[in-house]
Amino acid sequence: MTPSFTDVTIGQALGSRTIGVTRQDLVKYAGASGDFNPIHWNESFATGVGLPGVIAHGMFTMGAAVQLVTDWAGDPAAIVDFQTRFTKPVPVTDTTGTDEPGASIEVTGAVGALDEDAKTARVDLTVVSGGQKVLMKAQAVVRLG
Amino acid sequence: MSINPDLQGRSYPAAEVYDVGREKIREFARAVKATHPAHFDLNAAIALGHRDLVAPPTFAIIVAQRADAQLIEDPDSGIDFSRVVHADQRFVHHRPIIAGDRLVAELHVDGVRSMGGGAMITTRSEIFALSEDASRRNVATTISSILVRGEEQ
Repeated sequence: MTPSFTDVTIGQALGSRTIGVTRQDLVKYAGASGDFNPIHWNESFATGVGLPGVIAHGMFTMGAAVQLVTDWAGDPAAIVDFQTRFTKPVPVTDTTGTDEPGASIEVTGAVGALDEDAKTARVDLTVVSGGQKVLMKAQAVVRLG
Repeated sequence: MSINPDLQGRSYPAAEVYDVGREKIREFARAVKATHPAHFDLNAAIALGHRDLVAPPTFAIIVAQRADAQLIEDPDSGIDFSRVVHADQRFVHHRPIIAGDRLVAELHVDGVRSMGGGAMITTRSEIFALSEDASRRNVATTISSILVRGEEQ
């Protein structure tokens, strides 16, 4: 159930989520989204354009990070606004054939602002991979009950 | 080739219709590791007051990137896709995207700013759902900036 406006306070933590990412996840995201840029699935192409290797789609990271907010909001339709800047790439090493992820993304969230008139909360997400913030100003606005 | 500065203010009208299918919502939800039942289970979506399955919050990127392709593939734009980096992205949902929606996107080039040898281009897609009577309702606005790296970057 969507939290009630009166029950939400600034600074309230939404908890955290760890997302393991494999090369296969990137292929799945490419197919689902229609974004077939080879930097997300072909090592030699990625290094050829100066990247450290295959990197995750920024939109994969953005799309996976918001789950923390959806869980809290109780209804994906309550997320009325969601934005981010992509600051660092997320390199995904090839771990095909093992049970290990090729990258790990840590997402934490907290309520950063409340809008009394709109009855909305702004959730600020911190999204880190490999010790670096990979998204900046990752903010989701949630319509509360 | 450099970015055409006259792109600013240009619009591309709504082109092909995107039919939002249940299986596409499920596929996209799995691809972003979304787990909410309203993306997968019709009864769960209806219990929350929705007409059909609810798309994940970033689903509109499919429609927005198709619209962006009109600009990127426009030979007049001067954009080399292999030098494009996604810089930022925003989704404003006027109402959720629901399975069964028939969507069209109107693309607007809101900003072109040169940066070094490259350029930052900001586009906005106004996404509309078509009704049976051919009227349309704005369901989402997506805003994205892409950095087109210059030759020396």
